[in-house]
Order: sequence, then structure tokens, then C-alpha cells
Amino acid sequence: MTLRNEQFSALFDPRGIIVAGASTHPGKFGFVVLHNIVTCGYRGEIFATNRDGAEVLGHQTLRSIDEVPEGAADLMFVCTPASTNGDLLREAAAKGVRAAFIASAGYGESDDEGRRRQDELVELADELGMLIVGPNGQGLVSTPSSLCAQIVAPYPPAGSIGIASQSGNFVSSFMNLSRQSGVGVSRAVSVGNAAQVGVLDALEFFADDPHTSVGLIYVEGIPDGREFAERLGAVARRMPVVVLKGGTTASGAQAAASHTGSLATDDRVFDGMCAQYGIVRAATLTEAFDCAATLVSQPLPSGPRTAVVTTVGGWGVVTADALSHTGLELVELPADLRDHLDTLLPPRWSRNNPIDMAGGETKDTVPEVLRSVVAHPGIDAVIMLGVGIQSNQGSLERNGPFYPEHGLERIVAFHDRQDRRYVETAIELSAEFDKPVLIATELAIADPDNAAVSAMHDAGRFCYPSADRAVVALDRLHRLRAWRDRRGLPPFAP
Amino acid sequence: MTTTLSEAQSKLLLEPFGLPFLSERLVDNPHEASDAATELGLPVVAKLCGDAIAHKTERGLVKLGLRTSADVADAAEQLLAAATPADGAVQVLIAPMVSASRELIAGAVLDPQFGPTVLLGVGGILAEAISDVVVRLAPLTAVDAMEMIESMSSQTLLGPFRGEPAVDTEVLCRVLFGLSEAITSTSTIVSIDLNPLMIVDGRPVAVDALVEVAER
Repeated sequence: MTLRNEQFSALFDPRGIIVAGASTHPGKFGFVVLHNIVTCGYRGEIFATNRDGAEVLGHQTLRSIDEVPEGAADLMFVCTPASTNGDLLREAAAKGVRAAFIASAGYGESDDEGRRRQDELVELADELGMLIVGPNGQGLVSTPSSLCAQIVAPYPPAGSIGIASQSGNFVSSFMNLSRQSGVGVSRAVSVGNAAQVGVLDALEFFADDPHTSVGLIYVEGIPDGREFAERLGAVARRMPVVVLKGGTTASGAQAAASHTGSLATDDRVFDGMCAQYGIVRAATLTEAFDCAATLVSQPLPSGPRTAVVTTVGGWGVVTADALSHTGLELVELPADLRDHLDTLLPPRWSRNNPIDMAGGETKDTVPEVLRSVVAHPGIDAVIMLGVGIQSNQGSLERNGPFYPEHGLERIVAFHDRQDRRYVETAIELSAEFDKPVLIATELAIADPDNAAVSAMHDAGRFCYPSADRAVVALDRLHRLRAWRDRRGLPPFAP
Repeated sequence: MTTTLSEAQSKLLLEPFGLPFLSERLVDNPHEASDAATELGLPVVAKLCGDAIAHKTERGLVKLGLRTSADVADAAEQLLAAATPADGAVQVLIAPMVSASRELIAGAVLDPQFGPTVLLGVGGILAEAISDVVVRLAPLTAVDAMEMIESMSSQTLLGPFRGEPAVDTEVLCRVLFGLSEAITSTSTIVSIDLNPLMIVDGRPVAVDALVEVAER
């Protein structure tokens, strides 16, 4: 393992943690971070320091790092005032600490004095061989170690999205979307002022990290675009990377005499760089998470041929419209598939794509139709709509005045079972045939307790709140696959 | 500080990079102008050319559709008379007249953050309104150049169009390569403009070129 990766391992999977500057005041960072580390179930040893040696959240704090046994902690989380942090780093390094997260403010973000202090801190850390993240950052999360070392919520479910951001708030936003969807996170870090470690350093670690399969980053300022492109591009060849960039407004009209100069805006250059280096650039926060969540839970489609399977008409029509704005193809149903579906569906079914089952399902229709469609060699990807409507009715019945009489208990349980089964079938078929099968329903937001939605959540599969979002995400996967195919690169290993 | 080279100097600087320029002549007087026109084949265009002249069209310094050698001589005389002292040394450029219903713009720009870039877009008077522009970092690979062309929104413009054949993507790729090579191999170049890049019977033809260079 490289020195950098060893340091990052100390950051994300420490044997023990020192919380420097633990506080008895519940409004202080030094209280909140200890609270979050303990509450989220970190299994290593926790050492908290406090000037007065007070008890914080039942933890007997230490007055000084001197009292920490040597080699017991790899990571120090720093909430102490900037002026004292140099000594802290020295003491911690002497105890074997390899990495520090510095939440303290009063550095490069403040004034000249702060910038000088920040430079000194980096110099010292380099000298001590210590990785420092921050200063002025919100913290880090690492689900393989059940570690929530941050001064804010939330703590996401475990999964394989790795998040690195120049803004701590975006880490929180992405992790809230992770909690909502059930699509989990491996590591997340807010780099604050990025004095020593930037977003790309974290991303490069993620590319080597067995717990992470997709990188999701937020960036604003890019000091050296060329280096940024090369490093990001090198990671993107190994692991899918989704980028959200803040500050996309134009400022690049530098060449007054040149027409091309005014057309080559900053945003177009960044966009072109992403397209050229196989980086998935998202336009919005939700699109960024949708893409990352899709990339961790679905294989890349081997082509554009998409089938839409729906229980009733309108949804399919609108999804077909959405597909027409993308590089995906609403494939004409192969004759043999159409003939086979004739044997499974009532005569009124659409007999084309979208495959509208026209409400003709009996108990096993949906799984059988879905299997025939996913299995067909002429279909590269499937979008499935209408899942969850049975248990949506079940929910109304369960909460109504007649339940459980009149046979309602039995039918409600049947509806829930059926919806769970549809979801499980979709997941199984996706794995069996190595094709993306995306499920979209507004119930993902409207009723997270819906049997289909909660089955998706439990499986860590993204349930798209609308078909158009599923279409956009699938299109991005298709474009990424095409990018790799053209360059002779294999699809990513699952 | 940067300087914009004259059209003739720009084309000279870009000569090694295989860009699809028309054959043309630089002349000093009306007599040479009509000789050059005869040699190139009528009709022709005449443009006043000088170091300090960038916005020829706006100043009426481009004469189009000259059909006889007398017209060419007249036009050259008028252009030379229109030169001001601020224009410095001037000459008249005689080039074959081409017309096209499709115009693209291609260029290269040294981006302050990302370094050399290559650009392709829809050109002509609606270029800014249509705003269909694709940028990539130089140097380009063959796949990058193809993808640039494919990722333009106005694909119908690149296919068969009003009785003309589809744009020759091989030639267009060579234009993009040439621009990529020019800006990566010539450290003084700040930007290159091929505007318009006319599509003549499907073939891209650069009828104008402006190169902006860093002043030493």
C-alpha cells in the first residue's frame, strides 16, 4: 500500500480516535462530534481530551494527549482553537496518530494571519508524515468502520458510493439522499479548505478502496485545470465518477478579438473535459445522486435498446417521450418476443414498446413478462413502471375502517407480497442477465412505506421518483458504456 | 498582451497543419488583382488585408462575387483607397468565390485553466443565437474528434442537407486535428478562428482564418 493510502486508511478505518477539544456544551463541535461517533456505533477505542478533564457523554476525558496509550489511535479529530493545533499534531504524531481531521476554523478562509497559520500547519503535517484533512471542514463518514466523525448529521446506510466535496453541505445533502433512497455510502469527506488534501486525493484513494465502487464529488474552484483533468480522467478509467460543479456561469471571454474565444466559455470547457475523460457530469444535486446511485446498483447497458414495461398506458407513453430526447432507443419489439408476450397477456395489450400490460395481470403475469423481456437478446435495458400500485391500495384499505374484516387482511397482505415479489424479480433478472432494470414510481417519495418502495430501499436499489429521472440516469450509463467501448475499455467489474 | 495576425499571416502560420484553405493570392495593385483572378478562375472575392485589420466585413473591406477581371481591378482599387493610415501596410487578397448554405465555426483557444482546447460549432450569422458549440482539450485523439462531431446538437445540419451531401466527417476530423496540432505545437498561439468553415458540397472549406498570438 502506498504511503498515501496507508494514511487514508488511518483516516477512514482507524483503530482508535482521539477527539481533541471534547466539550460538555451540547452546542459545541467538540460535543457534537463525540456524540455522533458514539451514537453511530464506532467500534474502535475513543479518547476524548478536555482541558478540565470533565466527563462528556459518560466518557471520562483526558487532560492531555500524553495520557493516550501509544499506538492506540490512528486518527485525531480536532475541534480546538487554531492557535493550539500545532502542538496537538506533534503530540498526536508521537503517539502514532497518522491522520487528523481539522474542523477548527480561523485558517485560510479568514485572513492573512489565518493563511499563514494554515501554511505552517501543512508544513508541520508533512514533516510529521501526517495526513490532515481540512481545516474548516465538517468531518468524515466511513460505514465500514461505523464511523460518523462529523459535526453535522446524517449518518447514511452502508454502501459503496464514495463522496468527496469542497463543500461540507453537499456531503450532508448526498448522505440525506442516501438515507432516503437506501442506496448506501462507503466513505464521505468534506475537505474544507483543502490545505493538504483535496477532493482528488480522496477520490484517488476511493479508486483503490475495495469498499467503494463509485466516486461522487462536488467541486467549485479548480486551480490547475489540466492536472485536474488528468487525475480525474485516470480515476474515471478505473471507477465511475460523477461530478457536480458549482459556479458554472461564464467568465471566459478572455480573447476579445476572437469569436472562438467568446464561445469557449468556462462551462463548455469543463463540459467538454468531462465528455472527453469519461466523467459523468450532473447538472443538479439530485441528478448527481441519481447517477451515482444508478452506477452502484445497475450494470452498464451494452447498447441503447430500451424496453418500457408498464401495468397501464399513460406512464409508458410519457416515458417513451422522455426516451426520445436521449441517446437511448425505444426499441421496436422483436417479433418472437411479441408472439411470446401474446401468450402471457390479454389481447388488448399494446403489442409494442412500451409494453402496456393493460391491467391484464394475473398472479404471475408481471414476473413472467418481465423475465421474457429482460432475457431477450434484442433488449439492452428495461424501465419498469406501475410497481407499488397494488400495495398503495392495500395501504388505504389497511388504514380504513373496514380492516381487517371483509377479506381485507388477506388481500392487503397479497398486494404487499406481490409488489415485493415484482421488485425482487427485477433485481434477480438484472443480476442474472447483467442488464439494467430500473423501477420508477412517485411512491418513492409519496409513500416510503409502500411495499415495493421499501423492498427497493432494503435492497439498496434506487427507486426513481419519476420515469424521466430513470431515463436520464440510464442515458448517462449508456453514454458511459459507449465511451468505454470506443476506447476499448471493458465495462466496470461489478 | 496579444496581437491578432492578418488573414494572410494567419494562414501562413497555419500552413503546416493541413487545414482546408482555398488557394488564393496576395496582390499590391489592381492589375495584379485581375491577373490573379484569371489564374484562380472567376468569380472571386477581394479582401483588404493588413496587420491591424480584423473586422473586414463590418468596414466593408470584403467585395464578393466579382465576375469579370474589370470588376476585380475596380474592387482592388476601391479597397486600397479605403485603407486608413491606422491600417498600416495593406495588400489585397484574391480568393475563389465559394458559397454554401451551411457554415460551421472551428477554432482553438488557450484556456486559462485547462490549457489548449479545440472548438467546433454552428457558424454563420446565427452562431451566437444557436449556440451549438462543443469543446475538447487538445491534443485530440481520433475518437475525441469523432465524438466532438457527434455531440453537436444540430446533427440534421451535418447530414444530407437541401440537396447537398452530408458533411465529410473525415475532412472535418482533419480540421479538428490540425487545430489541435497547431495550438499544442506553437507556444505563441492564443487562439485560432476558422470562421466561417463553409460546407461546400459536403466538404469543409476554411475561407477565413484569424490567429491571435501572445506578444513577446
